[in-house]
Amino acid sequence: MLEITDLHIYYGAIRALEGVTLRVDKGEIVTMIGANGAGKTTTIRSISGLVKPKTGTITFEGKPIHKMPPHEILKLGVGQSPEGRRVFANMTVHENLELGAYTILSDRKRVKQGIERAFHLFPRLKERETQLAGTLSGGEQQMLAIGRALMSGPRLLLLDEPSLGLAPFLVQTIFKIIREINQEQGVTVLLVEQNANQALKIASRGYVLETGRVIMEDTASSLLTNAEVRKAYLGE
Amino acid sequence: MIELFLNKLILGIQLGGVYALVAVGYTIVYGVLQFINFAHGDVYMVGAFMGMFVVKGFSEGSISSPVAMVVVLGMILIVAFFVSMRGHWKDPKGAAVRLVGFAVAFALIGTLVKLFLKGGVLLFKPITALAATNVIIGGIVALTVAVAWCAGLGVLIERTAYKPVRGTGRLTALITAIGVSLLIENGGQAVFGSDIHAYSLKDLPGGKQLLTGTLDLNLVGITLSVSKGQLIVLLATTALVLALTYIVRYTKFGKAMRAVAFDRDAAALMGINTDTIIAFTFLLGSGLAGAAGFLNFGLTGYTFDTNTGIMFGLKAFVAAVLGGIGNLYGAVLGGLVLGLAEMFVGGSPFSPYRDAIAFIILIAILLFRPSGLLGKNTVEKV
Repeated sequence: MLEITDLHIYYGAIRALEGVTLRVDKGEIVTMIGANGAGKTTTIRSISGLVKPKTGTITFEGKPIHKMPPHEILKLGVGQSPEGRRVFANMTVHENLELGAYTILSDRKRVKQGIERAFHLFPRLKERETQLAGTLSGGEQQMLAIGRALMSGPRLLLLDEPSLGLAPFLVQTIFKIIREINQEQGVTVLLVEQNANQALKIASRGYVLETGRVIMEDTASSLLTNAEVRKAYLGE
Repeated sequence: MIELFLNKLILGIQLGGVYALVAVGYTIVYGVLQFINFAHGDVYMVGAFMGMFVVKGFSEGSISSPVAMVVVLGMILIVAFFVSMRGHWKDPKGAAVRLVGFAVAFALIGTLVKLFLKGGVLLFKPITALAATNVIIGGIVALTVAVAWCAGLGVLIERTAYKPVRGTGRLTALITAIGVSLLIENGGQAVFGSDIHAYSLKDLPGGKQLLTGTLDLNLVGITLSVSKGQLIVLLATTALVLALTYIVRYTKFGKAMRAVAFDRDAAALMGINTDTIIAFTFLLGSGLAGAAGFLNFGLTGYTFDTNTGIMFGLKAFVAAVLGGIGNLYGAVLGGLVLGLAEMFVGGSPFSPYRDAIAFIILIAILLFRPSGLLGKNTVEKV
């Protein structure tokens, strides 16, 4: 479904990615783990078109997308919940969800269905519907960011650090819901996480990134038991 | 005494409304780009000229000029479209080519305006003939042409001058804006001449009855007389500000604008074409500046020339900062406060300081409340 081949990205003179290759198949949850500055967020941002690679290709369902602007990539069916949630704090929960459905806004029925689906996944958001997003708690904002990313009906969902800064019980909830989105709604997920333990538990495959390179790739279960990974990323 | 006070109050609100119309342009552009469009006041000046061409065209019988304006507007948009479509903006050689292209386009358009004004176009003659017989239709045509022209000019400026330098730093953008401002002032002088102009809708058939004299309102024993022209300016500015507020709050474009203003990357991830929204923002802001230019001169008969936009633009900018730059309601409030302050200072023993009051206010606001009256010092949630 998604293929990244030998991706190189620079920020000015600084090398962010040097030759990342990865793929995500339909129906999978794939996770990218790695320390700060390993290039996980850069990879995600290049898929959604926010940064442009110097060399290398990204194809989505066979179509090269690495030269497309973000709004066109979204229309192809790639949704993203960005790092740090980035909800529109000065707008209500309802308006945030509507903006998530920006590309299908004229189709009132689909928008309504989307909002209902988001409320079904995150009942908390329904209680907060008319509240400004900036007044929500961190966990609620994360729910909103994921719900918003699902509004356009993406086939591939990119999640960048969904558990960042959340209380442990909320982390559990968020991961449970990611699984639900994948299994019940059939959305393929590419998940970037620092919480490697949790991420590998729900993922089918994983990539380990270090200083802009993929240093390991395997099924999630073997990464979980890999001594090196356990030492470096699982705190053992 | 109370009559005088109320009269000043009405006049202040009317002037403030015009400031507000221009100030919202500064503020919405600042909102989406964090950038002060210093050429905005000059767009206001162009609005005054476009209104004049239409009104003079109607009243002097050379009825082709309004049509010419519309035709030339179309050309501006076509040029803007083609110039903006070509290649990537980041590459500096391309940007230089575009700046030259902008200058050429401007000169070309200016020449076309002159040609059309002299020669005239016979298309749509019956429609313009009808418009020339009535001050209301004529006024609406003039307002529409001024708004459409300035909206087109705003998009042209954004696409050819600001877009190429976007992402290269604030100072670059600022200097580019000053350059565009000088280009419009001096280019305008080359095209329109350096004479001082004045025109009035009164020159159109029926205009004298509609616009001359005052409207006397009797409020509990106090007679309040308002000049009809100024009352119309007041009503028109109110309607336009309300229309803008509606667009920003409730339409799809308005919501996208607020999203882009809040977080451009996040907006792009929603499928919003941020370049289109930025261009749309310029279209709205510049269109309103054009309306302000026409209303403030076409209904009052004040004089103007190609440098009129400098001082007025600066004052409207002060109004935007006073209200809290980036805040739509702030710009309206700032405009009203500034208009009232000017009117009351103008009628006081300090009247020579009428023009200075705006800048006194600016200094005061920067000292005591830099975020403006309605501006917020936002605290980010981690």
